Amino acid sequence: MDLIVCIKRVPQTAEAEVKIDSSGKDIVRDRLTFDMNEADSYALEAAILLKEKFGGTITALSLGTADAEDTLRIALAKGADSAIRIRAEEFVELDGFKTAALLKEVIKDIKFDAIFTGCMATDDSYYQVGPVLAELLRVGHATLVSKVEVADGKAQVNRELEGGLIEHLEMSLPAVFAVQTGINEPRYASLIAIRRAAGKEIRVVGKEDISLELKSNSTLEELFLPPVGKRAEILSGSTDEISAKAATIIKEKGLI
Amino acid sequence: MNFDLTNDQKMLQEEVRKFAQTELAPLAPEIDKSGEFPWSNIKKMAHMGLLGVIVPEQYGGSGFDFVSLAIAVEEISRACASTGVIVAVNNSLAAYPILQFGSEDQKMRYLPPLCNGEKIGAFGLTEPDAGSDVAAMESTARLEGDCYVLNGTKRFITNAGEAGTFVVFAYTNKELKHKGISAFIVERDTPGFSLGKHEDLMGIRATANCELIFEDVKIPKENLLSKEGEGFKICMNTLDVSRIDIGAQAVGIAQAALDEAIKYSKERKAFGQPICNFEMIQSMIAEMASKIQAARLLVHYAGYCKDKGMQRFSKESAMSKYYASDIAVDVARKAVQIHGGYGYSRDYAVERLYRDAKILELYEGTSEVQKIVIARELTR
Repeated sequence: MDLIVCIKRVPQTAEAEVKIDSSGKDIVRDRLTFDMNEADSYALEAAILLKEKFGGTITALSLGTADAEDTLRIALAKGADSAIRIRAEEFVELDGFKTAALLKEVIKDIKFDAIFTGCMATDDSYYQVGPVLAELLRVGHATLVSKVEVADGKAQVNRELEGGLIEHLEMSLPAVFAVQTGINEPRYASLIAIRRAAGKEIRVVGKEDISLELKSNSTLEELFLPPVGKRAEILSGSTDEISAKAATIIKEKGLI
Repeated sequence: MNFDLTNDQKMLQEEVRKFAQTELAPLAPEIDKSGEFPWSNIKKMAHMGLLGVIVPEQYGGSGFDFVSLAIAVEEISRACASTGVIVAVNNSLAAYPILQFGSEDQKMRYLPPLCNGEKIGAFGLTEPDAGSDVAAMESTARLEGDCYVLNGTKRFITNAGEAGTFVVFAYTNKELKHKGISAFIVERDTPGFSLGKHEDLMGIRATANCELIFEDVKIPKENLLSKEGEGFKICMNTLDVSRIDIGAQAVGIAQAALDEAIKYSKERKAFGQPICNFEMIQSMIAEMASKIQAARLLVHYAGYCKDKGMQRFSKESAMSKYYASDIAVDVARKAVQIHGGYGYSRDYAVERLYRDAKILELYEGTSEVQKIVIARELTR
């Protein structure tokens, strides 16, 4: 199977202190660490597992600035065969639609059986790239994918819904799968694979290769941290005392 | 002049950091308490190729250089000091002397299991009455037919309780003094070889530190490393390499202590503001960070000297080990100080880091021995 995995390098903001920069439209990035978007690492692993089973190739694709190549090299070390970077610095206002459209411009020249993306990126949480990409390529897609198996040219796909429900779909290929986190165990790259991947060439494409004129569907106006509420109260005492106090407060507020 | 890591070193750093913070760090407080050797993580590290970082691929290793090994040991030690030294010992005290001084047969036989986690390596040099004074060792190996018969006791041996392959030093001719010391590869299941006291250490508590007891242990002649009488040279050359990794371990422990101290100083409030606003705390943090960076550069430089093929880098290696150990203890102490009373509690990582740091000034040559090495090189 020939597979494509779309990968984004994102700041690790889960436990970091996030501050807004002077433009009011971005966060201060210089003290943050960057890594492969979490859901994308599960997407990559899902693709590698399929390649291990059926053979074929994996192309890793990223719309990012030069340091996204570090992330693409890790993808190469883990099991991708080739990597392409689209120069993000040459494009502006990259909303979900425009990102997907740029990815499509590169993908349209590649033969593929399936495309894997993360279901969301942790930096902008748009949840759009997978579905929009599929629409632009005129292939089917599934979001929140928790399992993909392939047999007889069809994909058996599980989707994770609210309330613990699992939706099982049979899908024709090619298709786009936007995968959920936690669906497999993303491998670490071995040192030998890192050494081999370090020297591999990454194809870089930019404005000169992509003739598309696109308008973004949305414009980022402002990024802000909500004001900190002053209603928090920390209860102290033994577990029993804390439970009793909590129960009283909940009753007082009419919540039960 | 170029301070940039190469592409593969950068990738190694990023991937090992992620691995160490995800897989090793959560286990560090637990194995510090239990003293349990972290086999499950060792298997994962074997899979990644971390047990044979500097071993060429043809012997089952990853084929990286010594700067890369230092980078890996720093990241591992930053997450767990015990695991850091287990990896450092396996690479530079067990695999390295076999790689550097072993015959082709010895390399083919002993290196792959050390790299793939089938066996862990240990280095049997120190004795109950011979630490800094290596030539005071009492272990002997006398040739009888096709075997050397080894007798003696080794003490404070990292990894010993769980190791399968040991590089052991003993006199084959005591009259020749240090020129009569030889090195052997000893397998754990050799009859007459047993483990003695398991050390109850202050820090790096999960390293299976044990005594080795050899009672008429017959070692096949082909397990002699290099030639008779080469032991002292092998030992000194190996320590020149391994001290770089102890320096790297020190940088990792110190970095972990600084990370904790910065985090705590931003969260903890006193007199109505976070304590990181106070100049005395800022002074400590600035000193800690500067010293760590200086130590890291010394460690990388020592690795670079080895990678460049310099014949003598004892001074550079000793400097990196001495300085990094010294600042690691200082940085860990300051991290405890910044935590105040909480830093003295086992609930906080800095308490463990302070205990872990102290060993750095003692093993693989005390700080005093490092200074002797440095001064001798400067005055000879």
